[in-house]
Amino acid sequence: MGLEFDLSVKKKNTFDYDKVYDLAIIGGGPGGLSAALYAKRKGIDIVLVSGTIGGQVSDTSSVENYLGIESMSGEEMVKAFKKHVESYDVPMLDSIRVNSIEQGKEKILMLDNGKKLKSKTVIIGTGSLNRKLGVPGEDKYYGKGVTYCAICDGPLFTDMDVMVAGGGNSAVEAAIDLSKTASSVKLVQRSVLRADQVLIDRMESLDNVELYIGHQIKEVKGDNLVSAVVAKNKETGEDVTFETSALFVEIGYIPNTKFVEDLIELNDANEIVINDRNETSEKGIFAIGDATTVPYKQIIIAASEGAKAALSAVDYLNKN
Amino acid sequence: MSLLNEEVSGQLNEVFEGMGSDVTIALFTKEENCETCGDTKSFMEEVSTLSDQLNLEIYDLDSDSEKAEAYKVDKAPAIVLLNADKKYQGVKFYGIPAGHEINSFVTGIMEVSGAGEDLPEDVLEQIKGIDKDVDIKVFVTLSCPHCPGAVAKAHKLALLNDRISGEMIEAQTFSELSQKFDVSGVPKIVINDEFELVGNQPLDKFLEEIGKIN
Repeated sequence: MGLEFDLSVKKKNTFDYDKVYDLAIIGGGPGGLSAALYAKRKGIDIVLVSGTIGGQVSDTSSVENYLGIESMSGEEMVKAFKKHVESYDVPMLDSIRVNSIEQGKEKILMLDNGKKLKSKTVIIGTGSLNRKLGVPGEDKYYGKGVTYCAICDGPLFTDMDVMVAGGGNSAVEAAIDLSKTASSVKLVQRSVLRADQVLIDRMESLDNVELYIGHQIKEVKGDNLVSAVVAKNKETGEDVTFETSALFVEIGYIPNTKFVEDLIELNDANEIVINDRNETSEKGIFAIGDATTVPYKQIIIAASEGAKAALSAVDYLNKN
Repeated sequence: MSLLNEEVSGQLNEVFEGMGSDVTIALFTKEENCETCGDTKSFMEEVSTLSDQLNLEIYDLDSDSEKAEAYKVDKAPAIVLLNADKKYQGVKFYGIPAGHEINSFVTGIMEVSGAGEDLPEDVLEQIKGIDKDVDIKVFVTLSCPHCPGAVAKAHKLALLNDRISGEMIEAQTFSELSQKFDVSGVPKIVINDEFELVGNQPLDKFLEEIGKIN
């Protein structure tokens, strides 16, 4: 075992729950961190509240499409982002979620630790949550073989047969990653592979990864734990039962916006509607990244949206 | 060769500057059948040099059985965090807290030293009012970014109430125990061997499950 130490705890921040911040950033993904960097450099008083610093990037095994960085693990990338932001002494509240926002000249963030934060402007960068398959057995076997985090739970299935659902970059990356520890990996996708060709090529070069394209998952079966997945072969119309110990679901994401659904305009896909200045339907509240209507959910896009929103928020503060 | 690189040691050093009172790390290893005992020992030895306020005591699970019993340690490697009075408060780690778990380990040290996070008054009251024995096991893998949060909550609960104990269990090191509890997704939280949660759940979910104990 090569030992690594992914330290993220830092010197204790002092938060002033009584003061009114200029800007509160909700979300510690690439968008939120980039917003923090830009805003802090402008000299305004900011605070960042985040469920998990790094967000989904922390769960990504490797990132290869961020300009200037040929290849880096998601973890390393988060560390680099965070270190950069921390060099400006930004107060960060980690492992805290925002339950709701009260609109007003001063916005009040109700936190899940029971406390409140006050701020003149808010940037929402809460990203997205894993999309579920919505098939029988999926919820029942969550944590019993059905999982949404390959890097977390992959080690639990060493030398076992596993399955990945999905055909995008995250699914193919998960299959490649799992192939290193699992005895076999089946990748099941209902339509075509949407992943980058370089990743598909890499996956296809692996001996213990089998592809099942055109298979729609219908049910997860098992006793105490997952033992099989039933999928319909869309070409023949027949149901196929695959024996597997795990199902890694990597079929995309849904925006994490429920906490503001009564306050801010969302579109049909529950994305926060924003304009090109990242303004939402609510005055002084901006939104960025995967949680919004911005097309293409990518790390570099979220980061640039964060920068844009920070500058918009500074403009707003100057005018109001 | 040291396990921690200069950057991590430097950061730890800085974090530990914020410690309240002293903390003793009681490490339990054993001679045989313990693949990670050696690394855990080296890790603890290195960490304990990073602050004058950290003391390390090393015990053998078999020959120091009295100590093991006092801290309710039944497997190795085990790390027990004791406060300045060397009082056992139910804060434990089974397996090496490396990878992402270094975060729950560091958080644990800070909390035991008294420099932890504050909780709102009503939540504190609720936790202090729990009047039954509660044992919280949090199964983790070292590559899981969400796991340290769950471990830290179990430890926080343990620190606030003498009848609660919280332990991290590294699932691969203790694979038999993991199998016994059907650990197939982490963090998996098992309360009194009976009530289960999967994921880094908020504190009120822990309290909800604790409320189900008879």
